[in-house]
Amino acid sequence: MTKTRTIHAADLEDIATGGAILGTGGGGDPYIGKLMAQEAIRKHGPVTLVDVDTLADDALVVPVCMMGAPTVMAEKLPQGDELMNAFSALQKLLGRKIDAIHCCEAGGINSTTPFIVAAASGLPLVDGDGMGRAYPELQMVTFTMHGISATPMVLCDDKGNSIVLETVSNKWTEKLARAATVEMGGAALLAFYPMTGAQAKKATVRGTLSLCEKLGQTLRQAHADHVEPVGRVAEVLRADTIFSGRVTDIERRTVGGFARGTARLEGLDEFRGQTFRLDFQNEFLMAERDGEIVATTPDLLTVLDSETGNPVTADALRYGLRLKALVFPCDPQWLSPQGIDLVGPRYFGYDIDYRPYQFRATPA
Amino acid sequence: MIRIGIDVGGTNTDAVVMDGERVVAGVKSPTTSDVMSGVVNALRAVLDAARMAPEAVNYVMIGTTHFTNAVVQRRDLAPTAAIRLGLPATASLPPMVDWPDDLRDVIGNHWWLAHGGNEFDGREISPLNEDELNGIAAEIRAKGIRTVAISSVFSPVAGEHEKRAGEIIAKALPEADITLSSDIGRIGLLERENAAIMNACLRDLSRHVIEAFRNAIAGVGIKGRFYLTQNDGTLMDAALAEKYPVLTFASGPTNSMRGAAFLSGVKDAIVVDIGGTTSDLGSLQKGFPRQASIAVEVGGVRTNFRMPDVFSVGLGGGSLVVETESGVTVGPRSVGYRITEEALIFGGKILTTSDIAVAEGGVDLGDKTKVAHLKADIVKAARSRMTEILEDSVERSRLSPDPLPVIVVGGGSILVDGPLAGLETIKPDHFAVANAVGAAIAQVSGDTDRVYSLAEMSRDAALADAKAKATEAAIAAGADPASIEIVDVEDVPLAYLPGNATRVRVKAVGNLNG
Repeated sequence: MTKTRTIHAADLEDIATGGAILGTGGGGDPYIGKLMAQEAIRKHGPVTLVDVDTLADDALVVPVCMMGAPTVMAEKLPQGDELMNAFSALQKLLGRKIDAIHCCEAGGINSTTPFIVAAASGLPLVDGDGMGRAYPELQMVTFTMHGISATPMVLCDDKGNSIVLETVSNKWTEKLARAATVEMGGAALLAFYPMTGAQAKKATVRGTLSLCEKLGQTLRQAHADHVEPVGRVAEVLRADTIFSGRVTDIERRTVGGFARGTARLEGLDEFRGQTFRLDFQNEFLMAERDGEIVATTPDLLTVLDSETGNPVTADALRYGLRLKALVFPCDPQWLSPQGIDLVGPRYFGYDIDYRPYQFRATPA
Repeated sequence: MIRIGIDVGGTNTDAVVMDGERVVAGVKSPTTSDVMSGVVNALRAVLDAARMAPEAVNYVMIGTTHFTNAVVQRRDLAPTAAIRLGLPATASLPPMVDWPDDLRDVIGNHWWLAHGGNEFDGREISPLNEDELNGIAAEIRAKGIRTVAISSVFSPVAGEHEKRAGEIIAKALPEADITLSSDIGRIGLLERENAAIMNACLRDLSRHVIEAFRNAIAGVGIKGRFYLTQNDGTLMDAALAEKYPVLTFASGPTNSMRGAAFLSGVKDAIVVDIGGTTSDLGSLQKGFPRQASIAVEVGGVRTNFRMPDVFSVGLGGGSLVVETESGVTVGPRSVGYRITEEALIFGGKILTTSDIAVAEGGVDLGDKTKVAHLKADIVKAARSRMTEILEDSVERSRLSPDPLPVIVVGGGSILVDGPLAGLETIKPDHFAVANAVGAAIAQVSGDTDRVYSLAEMSRDAALADAKAKATEAAIAAGADPASIEIVDVEDVPLAYLPGNATRVRVKAVGNLNG
């Protein structure tokens, strides 16, 4: 793989599509982030995407992202300067120049937000992230498992407010930042997890922004070639199809700023006669088929439109849609005891232990 | 009950007279450049064919692609002002940011960001500023713009700012047509705003078109009520259609698929509607078109309407057949509605797909002696290309390997001479006017949109109550109670309001009584 690539405005289309697939139902529609990143690239020039190994060990690397409820982000669009304000304020606070931008979450809207700052600052962007997917809370990153502190962190809103956080743990950062985000109207933009190049090399889930692009290209190519798209995407992800069916009910509620809910499906094709239940807390976290749990976090669950293969977010689930559910393997870092503590089913309130999904597909 | 269904397409204006469930007569007549004389001609011809007095007609239902085509072809669109309430938020992406440049240019790219709008929990982002809005109104007046779209952050759950801004602008610009985004769309600011702006830029046109339809109907002596069909296959009365022309988008494919289901009696199928310029393919599930699951673009603009998932391909009865060095090509260029002048069989000079179908001998249309000179290998090559395009499109539209039947409708159906893709292929009676039949049988709907407190009742009870209210509304609108189905249920929790409040929207549809 080449170590450095240039990303132009048009490339964001594929990255955003792939970001929605890795969003595993949540993370927000990348559409808004894509438009903002494209505007930034048009204004400031293309973004250089670099392999994490190209960073100097003492480089200063800072991830940026958007935090909050996806429905809010699609409705209350950002003012526009929030991310650069957070970036500049953190740089000032750290008292030294930031050398590279990082991505914390390659799934959903945050697959695209780092491009905004990378374009505006002219700094390279690391090809990778801290999740390999989307997760709802900010301590749920591989960075936490490597002892990297989320703070100092700067959180900015659309009105020009900013908050600096210094906390005792990343869990506390999440709690305090979440409260601030709710007060800021349900969505905020931030720069956090300042780390060294050496730390980034250990902690990063590598190549995930390129994976987003590849997933987007695969889907686009499948449409152009008129071939069945879900299978193509599954191949790239090394995923198994665990259900095919039609949505018969969706129940939603918002708890503590998160869109929680359950979708129920009736089987079609080889799953005719079976039922399926998908639980989401922003992301799809647990799948049951005929009352039996088939997959749970941290294994990745994503849902695609049966015919078009386009990813369907938990937000976009609607009565009557025909869908296919895929499960695919998470980054191995999540399977450590610490990883399961951070993002396993018990953390999300399900009274079950994580049982690894047994993949049929052979790893590439 | 006597109904007339009319479908105004780019090539033909189709009309049918239906007596209850029976198609009494159907006619096709050319769409005229002024559209309305075509509608009058079609009405006269179909009443004549049905031997029906105009006074006997109870209802006229019109499906028209007029408004979609206006956006797609960028014509007859009024310069439009877009006002968005949300500052300081939302400034990163201004109104029409994701529109194609040419469309944005046609309506002038006039937008203003103003203070106002709400947070997800109902708090104000910033207070509405009357002076600011009056200032914007003055600028709008100075630019000579007469139609305004207003959007406001979270207006579908907190519509006060949008309504109040509408009143302020209306007071300052009494002659302006004003579209509020919360009247036509759901959560998702850009998509809802896009729909509102498109609606606004169509208001001038809709006033003329509705007035012309009204005159055409009255002109032939029909006194019955008149409706337009909307994208979900249900009806809106003329006054509502004039205010919300954008809701007619994609009603054409919906009508043709519903008409195909009605005429064939088949509820699950692939429908191929072959017109003069294109073929539209979609799939029927339980008699209704399958809905697209992703944001649907109209004329290159992203919206969040619920629309049938339709695939269009450039093959129709007027498609050009051209001999090139590398072989025979078919479409996508077409003579369109000029087929009756320009195709060989009608004495013209241009070789079209209809000429090929006539030359093969199975179709009686125009003057077949005019195509007797065509070389057999050209006819064969064109036929094989036509079949290839259609079969490829059918394969694309299949949802499963199950052998679903294919229903072929539309004026260009003469192009189909046998089974497509090895599937049972049905050409129902009146296939050529399936669109108009779909319009005639369009249903009436009832909606509810209410906030329930789930502290006081269970979600199931809230949904049941909303469904009952939507059903009542459909009956009040004239639906036959036995035919009512719930077609859409959506519940959106309103976070951080006391008592776990949730907004429930339900749509019920049924057949028009009588």
